[in-house]
Amino acid sequence: MLLNRFGDHIFKLFVYLFLIIILLVTFLPFWNILVLSLNSAEDTVRGGVYFWPRALTFDSYNQIFKDSEILSGLWVTVKRTIIGAPLSVMVITMLAYPLSRRNLVGRKGWNLYFVFTMYFGGGLIPYYMVLKALHMIDTFSVFILPSLMNVFYMIIVRTFMEGLPNEIEESAKVDGASDLTIFFRIVLPLTTPVLATVGLFQAIGHWNSWFDSYAFTYRSDLKTLQAVLVKILSQFQTGGMISQTQMLANSAKRNAVSSDTIRMAATMVATLPIVLVYPFLQKYFVKGMTLGAVKS
Amino acid sequence: MQKASAIKATGGSSLFSRLREQKWLFLLMLPAFIATLLFSYGPMFGLYMAFTNYQPGGGTFFEQFFHAEFVGFKWFEYFFTTGDFYRVMRNTLATSLLTLFFGFPAPILLALMLNEARQGFFKRFVQTVSYLPHFISWVIAANIVITLLASDGMLNNLLVLLGIVKEPVAFLQNGPLFWWIIALSNMWKEMGFSAIMYLAAISAINPELYEAAKVDGASRFRQMWHITLPALRPTIVILGILAVGGILNAGFEQQYLLQNNTVLEYSEVIDIYAYKYGLQNSMFSYGAAVGMFKSVVAFILVVIVNRISRKVNDQALF
Repeated sequence: MLLNRFGDHIFKLFVYLFLIIILLVTFLPFWNILVLSLNSAEDTVRGGVYFWPRALTFDSYNQIFKDSEILSGLWVTVKRTIIGAPLSVMVITMLAYPLSRRNLVGRKGWNLYFVFTMYFGGGLIPYYMVLKALHMIDTFSVFILPSLMNVFYMIIVRTFMEGLPNEIEESAKVDGASDLTIFFRIVLPLTTPVLATVGLFQAIGHWNSWFDSYAFTYRSDLKTLQAVLVKILSQFQTGGMISQTQMLANSAKRNAVSSDTIRMAATMVATLPIVLVYPFLQKYFVKGMTLGAVKS
Repeated sequence: MQKASAIKATGGSSLFSRLREQKWLFLLMLPAFIATLLFSYGPMFGLYMAFTNYQPGGGTFFEQFFHAEFVGFKWFEYFFTTGDFYRVMRNTLATSLLTLFFGFPAPILLALMLNEARQGFFKRFVQTVSYLPHFISWVIAANIVITLLASDGMLNNLLVLLGIVKEPVAFLQNGPLFWWIIALSNMWKEMGFSAIMYLAAISAINPELYEAAKVDGASRFRQMWHITLPALRPTIVILGILAVGGILNAGFEQQYLLQNNTVLEYSEVIDIYAYKYGLQNSMFSYGAAVGMFKSVVAFILVVIVNRISRKVNDQALF
């Protein structure tokens, strides 16, 4: 028993050491970016800035909020998040409710129709061709319409709805309520927590997406914040490889010295809203994910 | 089941009357039905392109699509016979096997450790922070990784300081190292969030089991080993099926955003290859064929792994 208690202490020590390492490994890289974004560009070039800014300045943030490319990207991203996330939650919920009803005609077939798309897809090139055929290339709709539906989130919502007590619905039915009334007046209010979860996931998905903007839009006024970031990033990436003059030409609008700190500041601007939002919805999405995991 | 039949009995028996009764339900499903038809099934039908010699230009899209010359498996043969196939598959498999090797056990370990920590602020804080990387885009994650691994970055300075290396290592300019960077950065990004599923499974364990083990004098470690870990088995199996099924999904974003000219030989996975030829070089039919090869193999893998697991473990996705 005594040996066990000693072993338990060693084990505990190991557990907390492990968790502290995880904490540091996750947190420090973000902290480093924040510090770099707050350090003056000239000073950063000298290197050695890690845990606190050596020459504190908000210059790079000032520059960012003057940079028309970044501002326009921010606007496109905000727009698609505000429009896209609620719409897709609507579409997903409107599907989840009928599929959660056990008496739906052809329920198995409908489920198969949607779930199959989780396991097989046409791939990028045919997808691009579909967008082209629908005349969606280089339009704002390419950000909204394809992401309306998401089978995985639909399953989470459906599973939650299936767990609601059946008696409420049946008594409403006896009182003469139609399917639509039951959906809007009874099921929707009870489903709010899981809708918040799916809404958060979809909103973050919109906020983070860059590939659709990168590959399917050419107009500069349709570039999302993340797509603009990719551009700044690639300027930096090739910076070491190509000549200084080319690099200057690439980032004509941005001072070559400060492009590094601009990159850090832009990264912070893109990260901050997420950092501020997700901890508050954490308890909902943990519950939502758990429910989805247990059932499917 | 009983409830379903009860509703059926009161709702009229003929299919037609049930359909009419449920017209609102079908109306609710309509937007999702159309969106899936267009954006999920549309591309599946578009795979016809992979068997034709599609050439853009001249006429409407549909004319181009249906009048393209039928060439059978030409593009598939082309893919298999060029040296590209070997390289692309090597990169894809190497990346995803390494990703699996690091990324699969990590969340299990994290969940076990979190479970051993006392309930309280520290535990919740670790959990919240560990989710953060999941919610940022790969654009930002790549930015962070590049900053961290730069020759004057935090990691290199630490290594030099500790005397592990003499000169800063050019991490991102080293071909084979690139696979490890992808795998480890993927682990960093997803570990915390993936642990949710395991934590959920742990919370469902009957506490009496631990009580009994304590009475028998089992140490904390033995309790974890003999009670918690076995209880996680179903979850591990299910997530394992998903991981193996997605083995050709070595990723696109990580590689695309982290790569540079010096590591192209090692960073080109199947999805990037399809994108490069299909969209950037406008070889649409070829890109479609490469993408289709991937989808079909991935689908077959999921079905096989699922069947095996049903036989061996009685656990299956479908």
